[in-house]
Amino acid sequence: MTTPAPEAPVTPRSEYEYGFHDDVEALVKLPKGLSREVVNTISDIKEEPDWMRKLRLKALDHFNARPMPEWGGELGDIDFNDIHYYVRATDRDESDWDDVPDYIKDTYDKLGIPEAEKQGLLAGVGAQYDSEVVYHNIREDLEEKGVLFLGTDQALREYPDLVQEYFTTVIPPNDNKFAALNTAVWSGGSFIYVPPGVTVDIPLQAYFRINSEDMGQFERTLIIADEGSQVHYVEGCTAPIYSSDSLHSAVVEIVCKPGSNVRYTTIQNWSNNVYNLVTKRATAYQDAVMTWVDGNLGSKLTMKYPAVYLMEPGAHGEVLSIASAGQGQHQDAGAKIVHAAPNTTSVITSKSLSMDGGRSTYRGLLKVYDGADGCRSNVRCDALMLDEHSRSDTYPVMEIDEKRVDIGHEATVSKVGDEQLFYLMARGLSEAEATKMIVNGFVEPIIKSLPLEYAVEMNRLIELQMDGAIG
Amino acid sequence: MTSPLFEIDALEVAVEDKQIVNGLSLTLEPGEVHAIMGPNGSGKSTLANSLMGHPRYTIAGGDIRLQGTSVVDMPPDERARAGLFLAFQYPTDIPGVSMINFLRRAISARRGEEIPVREYRQLLNEVLGRLQMDEQFVRRYVNDGFSGGEKKRAEILQLGLLQPLVAVMDETDSGLDIDALRIVSEGINTFHSDDNAILLITHYQRILRYVQPDHVHVLIDGQIVESGDASLAERLERDGYEPFMERTKAEVLSS
Repeated sequence: MTTPAPEAPVTPRSEYEYGFHDDVEALVKLPKGLSREVVNTISDIKEEPDWMRKLRLKALDHFNARPMPEWGGELGDIDFNDIHYYVRATDRDESDWDDVPDYIKDTYDKLGIPEAEKQGLLAGVGAQYDSEVVYHNIREDLEEKGVLFLGTDQALREYPDLVQEYFTTVIPPNDNKFAALNTAVWSGGSFIYVPPGVTVDIPLQAYFRINSEDMGQFERTLIIADEGSQVHYVEGCTAPIYSSDSLHSAVVEIVCKPGSNVRYTTIQNWSNNVYNLVTKRATAYQDAVMTWVDGNLGSKLTMKYPAVYLMEPGAHGEVLSIASAGQGQHQDAGAKIVHAAPNTTSVITSKSLSMDGGRSTYRGLLKVYDGADGCRSNVRCDALMLDEHSRSDTYPVMEIDEKRVDIGHEATVSKVGDEQLFYLMARGLSEAEATKMIVNGFVEPIIKSLPLEYAVEMNRLIELQMDGAIG
Repeated sequence: MTSPLFEIDALEVAVEDKQIVNGLSLTLEPGEVHAIMGPNGSGKSTLANSLMGHPRYTIAGGDIRLQGTSVVDMPPDERARAGLFLAFQYPTDIPGVSMINFLRRAISARRGEEIPVREYRQLLNEVLGRLQMDEQFVRRYVNDGFSGGEKKRAEILQLGLLQPLVAVMDETDSGLDIDALRIVSEGINTFHSDDNAILLITHYQRILRYVQPDHVHVLIDGQIVESGDASLAERLERDGYEPFMERTKAEVLSS
């Protein structure tokens, strides 16, 4: 990635509280740059089966062959030769928190992760530090029921057939340039398998942390919810503030088998020198329910459009998306729903905020194939700008090839209104307090769908961002 | 000598370079109810909003003093914390913000300290009961989807909770049916005490049957053209605003 001139350092997001980093030499750090040799080395380090190595190399060819996307955000500053594609801090993936190296433990302590696990708020926890998963644990009773929750690398070693059966079936290696890149150099991520009929009653959580400078994090997450099962997975992301940029390019694949119910919640709070270019997609079969809850607060540029492909009748897909762009940030986020079968339903709710010169874009695709009759979909995207010099755009695309469908669409773009401000101030609230209240109200429909502790965190993060914007 | 509770002193208010209020003066003492009555376009809403400090209105001259202190340079929130209240003619909806949360913030702002939860619950239930409002009402979002009557009641609820020194009521009676008007009026009467003052701004006389004014003023073209006791309102009801408007025209012509 390019390093800005020293006199023009990256402006840290106001009060970004996870900007610290550990000064510890990594155990393994591949030299910068991307080549067949780098891909082979990653595969060697991981002692992978041959099919995976071949898949990686094929994906590298796809990546090299594809041009950079010319839509979305400004990607021109990414220098793929200036990135470390693999950085490993420790040589183990621990299941006992006490065995995790102290400096990594300290990092997660500062982020409050083990605390949540101790309090029994989570059914399982995973933590990824740079390229590798350093900790995974799952509640015993769930393990006994056959629920798998482990690092994807570990899954590949312990359950190679299961991984091979589903890997790249939802997002093919040549899906897009960044999915190809991820497939070539992926490392870490979570693997979840929930057996038929099993309900995981409280969330499984993973925490992703980039610590090294000029590093790319390419985690690969694969979730398989077998028939009639239920699971909620939550991930959070942070990174230190460096003067040069980092790249986070993840791929998340989810298979929702008939009758299953999967919810995937992301609170992305990268520092604002991270390019966050992520491909997330789920396939939902008969009567399955897939929900993405996607919160984007951090990063320099985020391009992320969680997708649900509704493959069989009765499947339901839902995307709740919230994005907040402050100074120097562009959140290009949205949703993609594909109705590929009759009588499938979907809901997209998007709320985006822009402030302090930030830019939010809603980009959505709703596709209904010919023959998918009886589909219902409701799309609602609202944008709120806090000041004159911020920007908000909406690109809702609809491709409806079937007549017998029921599609609703509503979009609003507004500024924090003078009348609303006056009303609240006439009741004694300061302008800053009134603005926060209006913004909190604006995002409320998404916040209330989050588990309580994440709702509190999300509100807190938005308020922190606003403190910088409205003083 | 102590200052009057509230003084409007030769006030001039402009909206986008057009002057709407033309040197209006009025003094409210504790315990008083004043009614300002005027036809459409006489400057009633401009007066109400400018007293509270709406940014769209410019104070072109004169002064507004609360307990002897000028408020014209204060933003609306400072005026509110100092004890000034405006019951809105058209309360704005704020989706996603619950009444219960908003009211607690507003009371805490007015008091200058956080109201304890227990005390808040008690106070809220007491005032809700008085206004014959259901407890579930405060679970709803601020003015969002409220009927006209509910909006006005929500304003009176705030009046009762915030206990201002001076309450400006901007056409609080408009859009209310007879039962709602009675409940809203009772709410105003219960709030009213020897320590505070009320300025009712209205087009019609009917609210004055429930809330007895000590003084009635007629507003024409942004000026008070006549003041009197409650009987002035009855005269207006009988003869309309026409005679006062004619007179104003005549004065303008002769000057």
